[in-house]
Formats: sequence, C-alpha cells, structure tokens
Amino acid sequence: MAKVYETVIGLEVHVELATKTKIFCGCTTEFGGLPNTHTCPVCTGMPGSLPVLNKQVVEYAMAVGLATDCSITQYCKFDRKNYFYPDNPQNYQISQLYLPICRDGGVEIETSRGKKTVRIHEIHMEEDAGKLIHDEWENCSLVDYNRSGVPLIEIVSEPDMRSAEEVIAYLEKLRLIIQYLGASDCKLQEGSMRADVNLSVNEVGATEFGTRTEMKNLNSFKAISRAIEAERIRQIELIEEGKSVTQETRRWDDNKEYSYAMRSKEDAQDYRYFPEPDLVPIAISDEWIASVKNNQPELRTAKQKRYLEEYDIPEYDIDIITGSKHLSDIFEQTVAICKQPKKVSNWLMVETMRLLKEHEMEPEDIRFSPENLAKLIKLTEEKVINSTVAKEVFERVFKDNTDPEKYVDEKGLKTVTDDGALRKTIEEIMEKNPQSVEDFHNGKEKAIGFLVGQTMKAMQGKVDPGTINSMLRELLG
Amino acid sequence: MSILSLSATQLAEKIKTGEIKVVDATRAVLDQIDKEDSNYHCFVTVDRENALLKAEIIQKKIDSGELTGPLAGVPMAIKDNMCTEGLLTTCSSKILGNFIPTYSSEAVINLEAAGAVLIGKTNMDEFAMGSTTETSAFGVTKNPWNPECVPGGSSGGSAAAVAGQECYFALGSDTGGSIRQPASFCGVVGMKPTYGTVSRYGLIAYGSSLDQIGPIAKNVTDCAVILETISSHDIKDSTSVKRADTDFSKALVQDVTGMKIGIPKDYFLEGLNHEVRDSVLAAAKLLKEKGAIVEEFDLSLVEYAIPAYYTIASAEASSNLERFDGIKYGYRTKEFEGLHSMYKRTRSEGFGAEVKRRIMLGSFVLSSGYYDAYYLKALRTKALIKKVFDEAFEKYDLILGPVAPTTAPKLGESLKDPIKMYLGDIYTIAVNLAGLPAISVPCGIDSQGLPIGLQLIGNCFEEKKIIQAAYTYEQLRGPFDKKTEGGAL
Repeated sequence: MAKVYETVIGLEVHVELATKTKIFCGCTTEFGGLPNTHTCPVCTGMPGSLPVLNKQVVEYAMAVGLATDCSITQYCKFDRKNYFYPDNPQNYQISQLYLPICRDGGVEIETSRGKKTVRIHEIHMEEDAGKLIHDEWENCSLVDYNRSGVPLIEIVSEPDMRSAEEVIAYLEKLRLIIQYLGASDCKLQEGSMRADVNLSVNEVGATEFGTRTEMKNLNSFKAISRAIEAERIRQIELIEEGKSVTQETRRWDDNKEYSYAMRSKEDAQDYRYFPEPDLVPIAISDEWIASVKNNQPELRTAKQKRYLEEYDIPEYDIDIITGSKHLSDIFEQTVAICKQPKKVSNWLMVETMRLLKEHEMEPEDIRFSPENLAKLIKLTEEKVINSTVAKEVFERVFKDNTDPEKYVDEKGLKTVTDDGALRKTIEEIMEKNPQSVEDFHNGKEKAIGFLVGQTMKAMQGKVDPGTINSMLRELLG
Repeated sequence: MSILSLSATQLAEKIKTGEIKVVDATRAVLDQIDKEDSNYHCFVTVDRENALLKAEIIQKKIDSGELTGPLAGVPMAIKDNMCTEGLLTTCSSKILGNFIPTYSSEAVINLEAAGAVLIGKTNMDEFAMGSTTETSAFGVTKNPWNPECVPGGSSGGSAAAVAGQECYFALGSDTGGSIRQPASFCGVVGMKPTYGTVSRYGLIAYGSSLDQIGPIAKNVTDCAVILETISSHDIKDSTSVKRADTDFSKALVQDVTGMKIGIPKDYFLEGLNHEVRDSVLAAAKLLKEKGAIVEEFDLSLVEYAIPAYYTIASAEASSNLERFDGIKYGYRTKEFEGLHSMYKRTRSEGFGAEVKRRIMLGSFVLSSGYYDAYYLKALRTKALIKKVFDEAFEKYDLILGPVAPTTAPKLGESLKDPIKMYLGDIYTIAVNLAGLPAISVPCGIDSQGLPIGLQLIGNCFEEKKIIQAAYTYEQLRGPFDKKTEGGAL
C-alpha cells in the first residue's frame, strides 16, 4: 500500500516598510533614482559612520506585531550578522537575533478545510542590502546602494502550514494586515514582500518532522504554489527511492518550474552574531505600546462589519472590496463624493475587476482617482451618457485616470436626446436595409436587433438602445 | 620664551591680544615639523598649505571678533583614525592608504568651529591596535625624550607631536589606554572622558563599545579647555550622551581639601617598576599633604580586565574591519581571480600582523560554539568590573594609580612578545571596560631620563573632580618639560 505523506511548511516573510527614510540614516527610500544617489556615508559603509535608528521603523514593527497577536519585547536590541558580500557595504547586516521586537503571535486563516491559526515565532527588524548589477559586456559587476539600509521586518512563522493553499491564505492575511496598517504596500513582484519557504515531508503519523529545505526567489503567489508542489514531489520521490533529503537552500526558477541547490547545511556560514555596539538597546514603554495600539487604523474585520451596517451592498462585494486596502480606500472615497455605494461597488466589482484581470494587474495597481469614478457615475445617473458609452469611458479612466466629463465633452459622446435626428437616422437605415424591414414584417423578430445595431452604429453609440427600439417599432408600424 | 614652548591656551591668549599672529604660530610648528619630524615621525600627513591658508582666515575672524574662544588660532594635530574632509585618513594602514573622506569627525568639526588650525594627521598603531605605534604601516614614531624608545600607543604620534612641540595639542583615541599610556611615556597630559561624552562620528572604529576620543596636551588646563570644546551631544552617534556639565574649565581650581582618594593595592603588586611606584606614591603623598584623604583599598578583579578587554575589543574589531574589502574604497590587490580571491588577497596584503591577529582572535570568540564561553563571559566580566568600580566610587571621589607598569620601552622590544605587550595595559584597560573618565599627568622621571605618568580615575560623568585634582597636583609639582627636567631637547 502506498505511503501517505504530510507536507510541513514554515515561512520567513520579508516586508519592506513604507518609511520615507532609511532605517539607520536620513536617505530617502524612494524607488528609482540614478545608482548611488540615495546614499550617504552611513548606508555605503564609509569608515567612521554610525547608524541611528529610525523611530518609525520600530512603530511599524510594533504595529504589525500587535495586529498579529505578538507580545512586544520591551527591552530589545540589534545584533550584527557578519558575512562578506559586495551588496552589503559594511559586510555585516544590522539585524535582530537575541531579542527580536515581537514574539509568539499568530494569525487565523481560512481555507477550503476550515479555519486554523498559523503561529508566528518572531518578527525582527533589519536593513536591506544594495543591488549588484553584472555587466556582461565589461565583464565586471557594479553595485548600487540606493536600497542599502531600506528598513525590513522579517516575520518568521512556526511550521504550521500543510499545503500551498494554507501558505497562500497566510500570506494574503499578512499582506492585508500590513497594507491596512500602512506599514508596507507588500508587492511581491516589486520585492516589497518576499517569502522564503521552509518545507519538509513526513509520513502521516510520524513523530518527527522530515529534513527541511529552504526555497528562495519566489516572486508571486503562483510561483510559491508551484514551488511548494514541486518541492513536495521532489522530496517524496527522494524518500520513496530510499534516498534522504539534504538540508539545503534551494533557488526556484519559475520559468523552468524547477529548483536547484544553492548551498547545503555544511556550507552554511557562521554569521558570528553579536550585539550591535553602535546602537543602544530600545526600551519600549507600556505607554508607547498603548499609543501605537490606539493609532492603529481600522483593520479588515472591523471594516467589513461597518460596511455591512453602513452600506447596503452584498457581503460578497464587501469581501472582495475589503480584500485590498487600496480598493476599499477607493470605494470609501468615491462613496463619500457621490453617495451611491451600490453604484460604486458595481463599478469596482464588474468593470474594474474585468480590466484588472485583462491587464494582469493587482488592485494595488489601480491608478484612477475616486473623483473621476464619481464623475462617471454622475454622468450615467444624469443620463448624459448611456451604459455602453460609460463602459468605454471607464476604460479610459482606468487606463489614464482621464477626467470623464472632459473626455465625454471632447469626444462628443453625450447621448443624443434630439428625437428628430434619431428619427431621420432610423428612416435612412430602414431605407438602406429593405430586406430587414421585410423580414420584420414577415414576423422575424430578430431583424429588429440588426436594425437597432445599425442605428446605434450610425449614431456612434450616443443613443439609448431602448429609445431606438421603441422608435423603430413605431416607424415600422 | 620660545613661541613653541607656549601651551595652547597661553598661545590663544597672545593671539587674542595681537602679540602673536595665527600664521606665525602655524609656521612655527610647521618649521618644527620640518626640522624634527624626520627624526620622530609623528605625522602621516602634514597639510602645510591648507594650514597656512586656514591660519589667515582664522586670523581675520579673530580680528573681526567672530572668534573669541580659548583655542582660536591654535595649531593642532589629529590622530589619523579620525576622518578629516578632503584630507588623507589612513588609520596608519596600507588598506586605507589612499582614503580621503568626504566628511569630518564631529570632534574635529567642533575644534575647527572653535578656530583651531589643523596642521596634519598623526601616526598611530594600525587601526589603534598596539601600545607602541610600531604597528603603523608607515613606519614607527620615536619618543622625543629618547629616540631609541617608543612613544607608546596607539596615539603615539599625537603624544610625541605634543611632546616634541610639533603642535600645540592633539586629539587621540582611547580604547584600552591609547591616550593615557602614550601621554605618560611622552611626559604630556592625556585624558579619556566618560564613554559617550565625545561623539564617535567619524572616528574609524576599533572597539566601538570602548572607543573614546580625548585630548593630549601640554597641561591640565589645555586638556580641560579642549575637552570642553569637543564634548557635544551628537544625534549622529546613538551612544552620545546629553550632558549639561561639560564646562570643564570651571574645575581648574587648586583645592583638594577633603577629597577622598583611593589607591588600589592591586595596582601596586608584582610587575610594577619600583621607580614608577615610588613616583606615583610620592604624588599621592603631595595631594594628601594638601588636604586630600588618601587611603589604600582592594579593587579586585584587576587580573580579569585584560582577557575580557582583548576578547571584547577584538570581537568588535573583527566585525568593524570587515568593511575594508577592496570593493568601495582603499587598497585593492592588483591580481585576483573572482570575488573571494580579491577579498582574501586585498585583506592579506592590506592589513598588518597585529591587526590580523586581533581579527582572528575576534572572529574566533564570536564563532558559533565559542560565543557563550568567550564573548558572553567577557561581557559578564565587564559588568562585574563596572560593579567593582561603582562600589569603589561610593567610598572615593577618585582612584589614583600608575598609568603603565614601566616607562617607555625600547623600540622593537614589545612586538616580540605580544602577550607581554597586552599585559602592559593592565592599569588603563579596566577604565574603558567600565566607561570611566581618567587622566594621565606626568609625575616624575626615571633613572633613564624617561617620564612617568600618574593616573587619576573618576566615576562616570565626574571629569571635573579629575580635572580639579590633576590641576592641583600639577600646580604643586611645578613645570614639567624636557628642558627643565634635563630631557633630550
């Protein structure tokens, strides 16, 4: 009988915090900028420079910890992690090993198999490294320290997940919490959220976990799912063949859907951690914790409850809209302008979702303003444009955040309300299409659809189809 | 009286009255460097043209009344481990042999704002690792009292430059005695303030939790004034302390009546040269005669200070020196194949033997499996030493003892036996582990004609007590320079 295996997964999630300046100096964290322009002696590891902690980093880390049920380490310290690599200007990273800021938390996830809690072992603060650029032409490598010193938190879970579905649910949950807190935008593609997957398999009923591997370079939820599945199968195959799994770090190649070993436990570096002598310990008072708690923005569950009470929209819509902090912000701001929650929800649920899917975008990538969506809703409400035109205009709003009022004006898309013009057009269409007129008279209802379409085309869509229909019937007698 | 024999504050007075021009004082020390530095090699870099240029600018500011402080117009030298904008800063190491910083250390900025004229950068033990200034990659510095002897270290260039009148005062840095011991060997005054009093920003780190910048000068008055100028709360240094009591020159008062001074018996045991002992105890007697209450006590734990210090300082140094890798600045090996070969060759060629020894020692004590047994134990020892001093300062205002077990050794003697050299730090090291302030004041000359230093140690933030006692002693002792004592010059 075939053996049954269980997959055991723990995650190390790195999140880039949304501070304006770096963790240990005043340089901007903005993306872009010419190489080494967002730098100073501190974040380029110049001799004699010293780090000074950015208070906002501590507050964001505390906020994430409090929102994930962690206890805050009120006497916490930084440590140095020593390793040589050119993207790391000091050749040590300032991180936390011995006294991380948050410990012993957890989040509840919901999957097809029900609810469960994934425990969080710890959350610690650290600095990001620079970026190496390999110049194949010159046969040399260049380093850009613009990202060096950008603040990160690392959220380390317990090995509590058993499937890719649970992993994705956990990541989605973390992402939402952190986005709602405003601590990060959590974009996997851009690297502001990165997950390393620790995975092992064991026979169901075994008393010990199997040997685990760590998977790196996972840049999307899809890549994470694929990597988990591939690694699960690889490990089971090894065990079935009587071989053993090696404890190692592996790199996932999502194009080849294959991972390869980067380094084994034997090559593991000794990071020689020790307390960072250039930074004093952080004392976190009860008052400080309380003020971070009090300033915590409304989280998803509270928001869902409020939407249900305040707006008359379906629970399903609420789930989708609050599934992204950005989307719920757009919803609330648009409703505040146009006072039409149902209409706003419809635009977001139907057209917005369709366009996002079509362009393979995330709700976080939405660029149109609540003002423009509100204007579009107003235009349809006042029947200045019909629903077909509205959809067309929305595509422009979605794409370029175009002002719909101006666009409708410039393109002359206003619904034609002049009966005379419509009557004239219909008469012309009837004249050009005698066969269809005859078909209609011979009882073929379908023919009228063709004539409505032709009229609509001639009128460039600026007419309400219902109006055409009734006038056609009148003229056809 | 020669212009060169003036103290820093005396010179500033004469500049203020117009008796001496800044440029003349600057020229005088530059001429002295030209004349003497080939013999003593106090300097790694002399910034002649800029110094003269700055002298003119500062003279104008003094004339216009913009600069009125007690150091305005005084030529100074800076130890070569403090960054100076636009001026070579080498740490006396080949690996930083071409490093020109784009920023200055906070202490230097404070002095320049006060109108002091930077004339050059002084030689030191490579990365401040050594007690003789012989580990410099750019040649040894010799003691102006006897060029066959070392000036001490690691701030040997600074101490020798002050003793040899090649500058009016200098800055040194003290991690385990690196200001006090060379000051003692060169017959000048050197002071290490409480940890956190002077910003470390721009000081190229050796042992970050122990390093402090301090003055080396001709007398206690100069030291107090310089320390007052360089002390500042600096937001760029997280270990910098906000203090309201840095008006140290207020403590230049001749009075030790009722002051309680403890002499640790542990500091006068085997290993202490008898001439040093006699001289230090004679100084204690002098203070007692003037009304101080002097008594012996058991400090204990002294023998643990050296192993704890070399464990902690080396551990921090092994990490602090990782940034010198040939990637961003400094020396890079000529030939290499790939990244790791570049790292290995650059660092093998760029660092000297003593630095490598401490990097290896430090890396070892931080290694997994040894961290608890060595590094953590050393940290616990450090905490115990602090406690022992806390208890002593409940009873005493000051602790009095020698600076070093002997006077300056001959060149070439110390590096043969590093352990013996490390043991020479026995009286200075505990002060750094406990973060305390301490001063070294000349208190005598031995039979070989070499100066002996007296050490006064105070509780944290009690520099004023040290300054007051040291100033009183200095007044009682009378003038101390090579000429009056029949020295070399």
